Amino acid sequence: MLPAAKLIVLGAIGFLAALTANLTPDTAMSVHGIIVAAVALGLFLRELRRVGEPVPATPAGYMDDVIRAGVIATAFWGIVGFLAGVYIAFQLAFPALNLDLPWTSFGRLRPLHTSAVIFAFGGNALICTSFYVVQRTSAARLWGGNLAWFVFWGYQLFIVLAATGYVLGVTQAKEYAEPEWYVDLWLTVVWVAYLAVFLGTILKRKEPHIYVANWFYLSFIVTVAMLHIVNNLAIPVSVFGVKSYSLFAGVQDALTQWWYGHNAVGFFLTAGFLGMMYYFVPKQAERPVYSYKLSIIHFWALIFLYIWAGPHHLHYTALPEWAQTLGMVFSIMLWMPSWGGMINGLMTLSGAWDKLRTDPVIRMMVASIAFYGMSTFEGPMMSIKAVNSLSHYTDWTIGHVHSGALGWNGLITFGALYFLVPRLWNRPGLYSVRAVSWHFWLATIGIVLYAASMWVSGITQGLMWREYDSLGFLVNSFADTVAVLHPYYVIRGLGGVLYLAGGVIMAWNLWMTVRAQRPVAAATVAAE
Amino acid sequence: MDTYTILRHFADSWFLLLMTCFFVGAVAFAFRPGARKVHEDVANIPLRNDDFPAGKGD
Repeated sequence: MLPAAKLIVLGAIGFLAALTANLTPDTAMSVHGIIVAAVALGLFLRELRRVGEPVPATPAGYMDDVIRAGVIATAFWGIVGFLAGVYIAFQLAFPALNLDLPWTSFGRLRPLHTSAVIFAFGGNALICTSFYVVQRTSAARLWGGNLAWFVFWGYQLFIVLAATGYVLGVTQAKEYAEPEWYVDLWLTVVWVAYLAVFLGTILKRKEPHIYVANWFYLSFIVTVAMLHIVNNLAIPVSVFGVKSYSLFAGVQDALTQWWYGHNAVGFFLTAGFLGMMYYFVPKQAERPVYSYKLSIIHFWALIFLYIWAGPHHLHYTALPEWAQTLGMVFSIMLWMPSWGGMINGLMTLSGAWDKLRTDPVIRMMVASIAFYGMSTFEGPMMSIKAVNSLSHYTDWTIGHVHSGALGWNGLITFGALYFLVPRLWNRPGLYSVRAVSWHFWLATIGIVLYAASMWVSGITQGLMWREYDSLGFLVNSFADTVAVLHPYYVIRGLGGVLYLAGGVIMAWNLWMTVRAQRPVAAATVAAE
Repeated sequence: MDTYTILRHFADSWFLLLMTCFFVGAVAFAFRPGARKVHEDVANIPLRNDDFPAGKGD
């Protein structure tokens, strides 16, 4: 863009944001207006100082600086998200931790936790690894120049707007889609830019074929765009207010929400992270994926089945019976591609199993794939109506989600970060391999404590809720069940502490990898 | 007929058939003769071009 046009756009955004901050009756929108105005003003001054400066030529190598920023953001948001999770876990065990303040109540911090781990930690991991993978497997530099930087910073702005909104009480009450209309619009702009960078790089690739990891990443980007737009179709009450109303009502709204919600799991937390698996596991094992044919079938089967599984979140509701059954049947069919993919990932190590003993990074990746297998077994089982009548609305669901999120998404991301940092900063290797082992065991034991305590508490809860006496009256009040669950909530919190401790060790280890070691050869540094 | 019924009917019949055929076709295409050589080459993509775009270094 021309410098003058840039300045006009930034100035207009800054002015409108400041105007909004002034005119809106909502505190949250006022805060958001000030944040946006400050960002726009900062960028305006930065552009102004650059007017007339010569434009530096595009370097020839891969564009890795934006990936380095993404790695730092991933580690940072990971720690923030885990910390928020540990805090709200202890809030459930000890309600005094709500502090009697609106901003620190469970209802506001819970979306802060889920968005921080899924979208901030997971999203940054997906964006930075996809930029790394698409360049290497296309043998081409990222398309679009600084557009990749716009994606990175635009996404961070989305995270900050969403998080501050939650704390100040803004939500459209859709799980995993809580941000209100103007934040949703901003994310749409950033996401279209992300798609353009990714697709542009694929189009200018030097390899004749598109490696399967890119298929998974691309399906993640395209599907999330579609889900985000449809689920957030809403009419704002006023341009100067946060509140909006969904275009759908009643059961249609519920189905749209869970079509979104389950496919956020399916395409954000599964397809995207499978893209990571199909690149980083072969890299760390130093051998190609076990079966490329199987990876193709895995891809098509996964995307054809996942999109129909959402209704299993609405068993025994006003949703038509046929739609509930359809959701259940497709969830069960998902067993096959999920386990096909798991086998493909694990068998990539065939002939290199000895690496499990010597390389804690590959051990982490293998454990992650094992958790993928376990949670994709558990999920379909829980989608069966008879099982769901016991498990739904209980802590079993939360346990299931965390065995997937902490086990599969968390561990594969840690594995990818351990792989990336020495390469991106051109260091001889990780600072401490023993610390990786520590991280592995802390995380694994943390997940086991978490999942096991939630199984027990979930089934206890489910059984207590449905217990009738001989006259047909419910035996337990809700408060009775809460009292029984206290010890499991404490155990869950401790599991979270272990997982968080592992994350802190990782952050220290990655920091020391860069800070306490010298770069290796000078040859590739020039390209950076 | 109202829109819901028309769309429901279409989804249950022609579009279902279309999607099933596409899926079966995609899987069958993976098993086409000569695919093994292509797949072997593609599977090795991550193991090259690590440090620099195609053409220089490896």
